Amino acid sequence: MIPELGHFAQIIGLAMAIALTLIPAWGAWRGNRAAMQLGPGLASGMTVLVLLSFVCLSISFVQDDFSVALVANNSNTLLPMVYKLCAVFGNHEGSMLLWSLILCLWTLAVAVFSPSLPLIFQVRVLSVMGSVAVGFLSFSLFTSNPFARLLPGIPAEGSDLNPLLQDPGMIIHPPLLYIGYAGFSVAFAFAIAALLGGRLDAAWARWSRPWTNVAWAFLSLGIMLGSWWAYYELGWGGWWFWDPVENASFMPWLAGTALIHSLAVTEKRGLFKSWTVLLAIFAFSLSLLGTFLVRSGVITSVHAFANDPERGVFILVFLAIVVGGSLTLYALRAPAVASRVGFSWISRESLLLLNNVVFLVATLTVLFGTLFPLLMDALGGGKYSVGPPYFNAVFVPLMALLVPFMGIGPLSRWKKDTTSRWRQELLLPLSAAVICAVTLPLVHGEYNLWVALAVLLAGWLVFGLARDLWNRINTASDFKRGVRRLPASYWGMVVAHLGFAACIVGVVATSQYSIERDLKMKPGETEELAGYEFRFVEVAPVRGPNFVADEARFEVVRAGEFVANLAPQKRRYLAGGSIMTEAAIAPGLFRDLYVAMGEPIGNDGSWAVRLHYKPMVRWMWLGAILMAVGGFCTVADKRYRSQRRSVTAGVKGAEYAG
Amino acid sequence: MHPVRKQRLILVLFIVLFSSAAIGLVAYALRGNINLFFPPAEVAAGKAPIGQPIRIGGMVKEGSVRRSDDSLEVYFVITDFSAEVPVTYEGILPDLFGEGQGAVASGKLAANGVLSATEVLAKHDENYMPPEVADALEKSGYDHEGVKQ
Repeated sequence: MIPELGHFAQIIGLAMAIALTLIPAWGAWRGNRAAMQLGPGLASGMTVLVLLSFVCLSISFVQDDFSVALVANNSNTLLPMVYKLCAVFGNHEGSMLLWSLILCLWTLAVAVFSPSLPLIFQVRVLSVMGSVAVGFLSFSLFTSNPFARLLPGIPAEGSDLNPLLQDPGMIIHPPLLYIGYAGFSVAFAFAIAALLGGRLDAAWARWSRPWTNVAWAFLSLGIMLGSWWAYYELGWGGWWFWDPVENASFMPWLAGTALIHSLAVTEKRGLFKSWTVLLAIFAFSLSLLGTFLVRSGVITSVHAFANDPERGVFILVFLAIVVGGSLTLYALRAPAVASRVGFSWISRESLLLLNNVVFLVATLTVLFGTLFPLLMDALGGGKYSVGPPYFNAVFVPLMALLVPFMGIGPLSRWKKDTTSRWRQELLLPLSAAVICAVTLPLVHGEYNLWVALAVLLAGWLVFGLARDLWNRINTASDFKRGVRRLPASYWGMVVAHLGFAACIVGVVATSQYSIERDLKMKPGETEELAGYEFRFVEVAPVRGPNFVADEARFEVVRAGEFVANLAPQKRRYLAGGSIMTEAAIAPGLFRDLYVAMGEPIGNDGSWAVRLHYKPMVRWMWLGAILMAVGGFCTVADKRYRSQRRSVTAGVKGAEYAG
Repeated sequence: MHPVRKQRLILVLFIVLFSSAAIGLVAYALRGNINLFFPPAEVAAGKAPIGQPIRIGGMVKEGSVRRSDDSLEVYFVITDFSAEVPVTYEGILPDLFGEGQGAVASGKLAANGVLSATEVLAKHDENYMPPEVADALEKSGYDHEGVKQ
């Protein structure tokens, strides 16, 4: 009964989405106020129904209803309760329903949190989001029904959830990622609505900015969690593989980063308008493309769910409609909204333009590397794979090129600045960065040029920000007031840029200084790695809720001092018999120690063992978290609230310059 | 020249310069860093280059996996049931690697026909088969379970 209810709710939800696409849009076109006012109601109805549908699916999982094919294939009575809930979206069908649900929640959020928008604009936004929901809900219903029953022949026991996904990180990673993906639909809908209305001004940018920043922040967190999960769960100690599935989330992030910077220019200076619109279309299209790549099974990946091509064709057609339709609209309307404001080449505008070009080129090179194997295969040129060396070779220089300008950005002035002022402002930060670059790598012992370069770039960013902060606070009468006077969006920028600096140092330090060793060890033996002595004490069998494991115990000692006990496991899951490595990690701000078990070798109790010493690996994730925090900070900016008052009071909100 | 046009010209020049640099990087990076997939049948037919990074994939032949006693070296045979390629690898194999399972090995082919692998990928759950392996097996007339069709 419950699955039927869920299925039914999903169908009515689709009907609501169709109504949301058509009725308010018709109202906006004909000037029919009554039809327009239906928008928020339809958005809420659609959301409630899809939520109901998702809850029904979750209940089916909790109740071990193996008559539902999805539950039978992805769950098991032995599975702990949290992972049963995780299993709801740990598969293709369920994750598409989650995608739809999150999209609906974003739509509802727009309906609820933007009463200050002019009605006609708001309903256009809701209509566009409704049409995206139509695409996803019908995709789910027609090609991947999560409620399909296994009747007759209900299995007594389900097969298990893929053990790789039985991990706390997997409970929040997909939702965060989807919140980010689907969140770009808001920026997209705002852009389409603005094109439809022919109104593209600072007010439009100010409306879509907080939404875009929040979506971007969620996407950052989602990507970060994915990388962290790969690090501790896959057992090979890597944190980024340039796998097509990772790229699928990274491309919208790159385009989104360009978008949030370009939106800043559009809001503050009324420039780059048509460019910003184009970026909003790109960012969302790349989210859809990412979904296509992951869901269609066209790529070889360590974590793509293998799927039938029918779904791929559906998403491809959907993608073609969205991209083709919005680009056509763009071609028709963009000339009308282009801006004619001048700026000097020595100005913040041109630095942000550079940012945009770099991020867009980075997106395109990643896109090219990801699609190259597909293209070659489609053209009959053979089955190629493009690996990490390609991506590192193109991506790293691009980012390195970006950072010097990024250090100038916050200090620079809008419209017109001078190089002599830049020199004067930046001499001190540059000197400080050089001193750090010369001295800090010495702490680790051997001097490494790449690490020095990373410290130089990161230091350049950090000291540049410090200088700018000092300038801004110093002009106030006292320190406290100076700090309080700075807007939340400024603090957001500072935190996010600091996060980027932390990422640079983390990535370079860990890739340069990491020591990894695959060894054959037997209990009682000791191996030394980067000054740490790893003693293999013993192996003992242990039993988990749905697995049995061999658990090893390692004692780590450094210079006679006890450091950590590590207990990596080799698990065998009872339901499917799959073997899983559970790495043991002693985390630290400056180094991680990492032990993973291979397999037993020979007859003397020896094991293949993987030992890692990973310095500063946490700085990357910390940096990503800081970037996300920065993104969230900007929403607290008073500017985005005072606009509501000024608009409702009938004041010319569009002229409010913040 | 009109200042707006001049600005546009500079912008265009800037984009052209920048994208040529990017294309240069891409071309350079592509040269040594992509590798082509070969089913064992094509390796046996001599179509695979010697000493270039390539990938081969198929089933790990039953009874072919041999581990060295004093190191992490491992030897196995990848087959698509019409031809076989011997592979050597030193290191830890993925969890789901096993005899009679699909696997992809990337590395360089030596003149004696042995692939020395730098990386071995296996499927990551019971239901998954790398598409290229499935394709290779299909070409030699077997399904992904290794059953003759």
